[in-house]
Amino acid sequence: MDRKKMLGAGLLVGVLGVLLVLGGNPKNMGVCVVCFLRDIAGALGFHRAAIVQNIRLEIPGFILGSFIASLMFKEFRPRGGSSTILRFFMGALVSISALVFLGCPLRMILRLAGGDLNAFVGLLGFTSGIAIGIFFLKRGFTLGRSYPQPQVPGYTGPAFAVFLIILAVLAPAFIFHSESGPGSLAAPLVYSLGAGLLIGFIAQRTRLCMVGGIRDMIMFKDSHLLLGFVAIFVAALVGNLVTGNFKLGFVEQPIAHSNHFYNYLGMLATGLGAALLGGCPLRQLILAGEGDSDAMVTVMGLIVGAAVAHNFGLAASGAGVPINGQIANWIVLALLVTIGFSARATMRATRTKTINAGKEVKA
Amino acid sequence: MQYVVDARGRSCPEPVVLTRQALEDKSIKSLTVIVDAAVARENVARFLQNATGKQPEIKETSNGEWELKIKL
Repeated sequence: MDRKKMLGAGLLVGVLGVLLVLGGNPKNMGVCVVCFLRDIAGALGFHRAAIVQNIRLEIPGFILGSFIASLMFKEFRPRGGSSTILRFFMGALVSISALVFLGCPLRMILRLAGGDLNAFVGLLGFTSGIAIGIFFLKRGFTLGRSYPQPQVPGYTGPAFAVFLIILAVLAPAFIFHSESGPGSLAAPLVYSLGAGLLIGFIAQRTRLCMVGGIRDMIMFKDSHLLLGFVAIFVAALVGNLVTGNFKLGFVEQPIAHSNHFYNYLGMLATGLGAALLGGCPLRQLILAGEGDSDAMVTVMGLIVGAAVAHNFGLAASGAGVPINGQIANWIVLALLVTIGFSARATMRATRTKTINAGKEVKA
Repeated sequence: MQYVVDARGRSCPEPVVLTRQALEDKSIKSLTVIVDAAVARENVARFLQNATGKQPEIKETSNGEWELKIKL
C-alpha cells in the first residue's frame, strides 16, 4: 500500500513537471527547487541577474501543501534547535553547488527525463556525494537533536509562503520580474501554485526525497523512497516523449552546460550537503511546512546561497561554469567535508549520553 | 539485555542508523526505540521489519512521541 502511494506520488510529480513546462515554465524545469528559490531571490532584489528574477509560486505551494497535509494528519509539529545556524550556511553551500550543475536533484531527474545526458553525469556525482555523506553518517555524523517549540515559530514557513503569494499577485514596483531568459518563462500563477500545493501535499504524505531514495538504497537496501525517484523519471520521460520535449544528447540542452567535470562535482557537493542536512531541497521545504524551523532556516540559506552565487559570478549558465564557480565548488566541497568530519565529535558525546540515559535493565 | 535508543529530534536517517547500531550488539534481547516524528516512526518500523522479519510493537506514549518495541 505504501509502495503504491509512493509510486503514485512519483508519477504525479513527473507528470506535473511536464505539464508545468507546457504551461510555460522553462524546458526541463517544470519544477526545480533551487532554480526557483534563485528566481525568488532575484525577484526580491537580493541579486541582480536580470534573466532569473521571478516569484515562482511552486515554492510557496510546496510549503503550504505540506502545511495543509500536516495539519490534516496531525503531523504539524513546531520544532527546531538542531545546529540551526550551521544548517543555514549548509543550505547556502548546497545552493551554490547546485547552481554549478544548474539544478536541484529534482530538476536533475527532470533533465534526465528530457534526454539531457549531462544530468546523467550529474546523477553519478549526486550518488557519489551521497555515498560520502553515508560514510560520515556511519561514523556518527549528526547535527544534534531538535526540540519541540511553541506554536508560533512553526508558522514562519507557511507565513513566508503567504507573503510570497501576496507579492506575486500584487506585483508591486519594487519586485523584479525578468523580461527575457528563464526567469521570464513561467506557467500562469494559478497553475504554478496549484501544482505546488499538490506536490507539497503528496510529498508530505509520502516523505518523497531525492537524497533519501539513493541514501536508503545504499545504506539500508531499502528501495522505498527510490521508487518515488524512479517514478518521477518514468512519468516525465513518457510525458516528454508524448509532448515532443525529449531530445537525447549532451549538447544544446535547455539551461544546461556540458562541462562534465563540474556537472559531476557540482552534484557531488549537492548530494553530500543534502545528505548531511537529512534531505534534498524539496524535502527542506516540506519540513518547513510541517513546522520545522531548522528546515525553514535551511530554505533561507538556499535563497541566500543562490543570491551569492549570482552576485559573485559563481553560477553556471548555458555557456559553462565560470572560473569563480569552479573555485567555489571546491571550497563548498572542502567545507562540507570539514563539517562531515567535525560534527562527529559532538555526536559522539551526545550519543554516549543518550545511550546512558536509556534504561539498561538486565532481562 | 533490554536496551533503549532515544532517537527523538534526530534528522533522517539518524534514527535508523542508531537502531541499526543497537541491532549489531547481539547481547541485546529487547530493544525500545523512542521517536518523536511520524517519519522516524515509519522509517524505524520499516527498518526493523526488514532487518528482523518481525513487526515492532508501536505505542504512542504521549502526543507525538512513540515507542517501538521489539524482542530480538
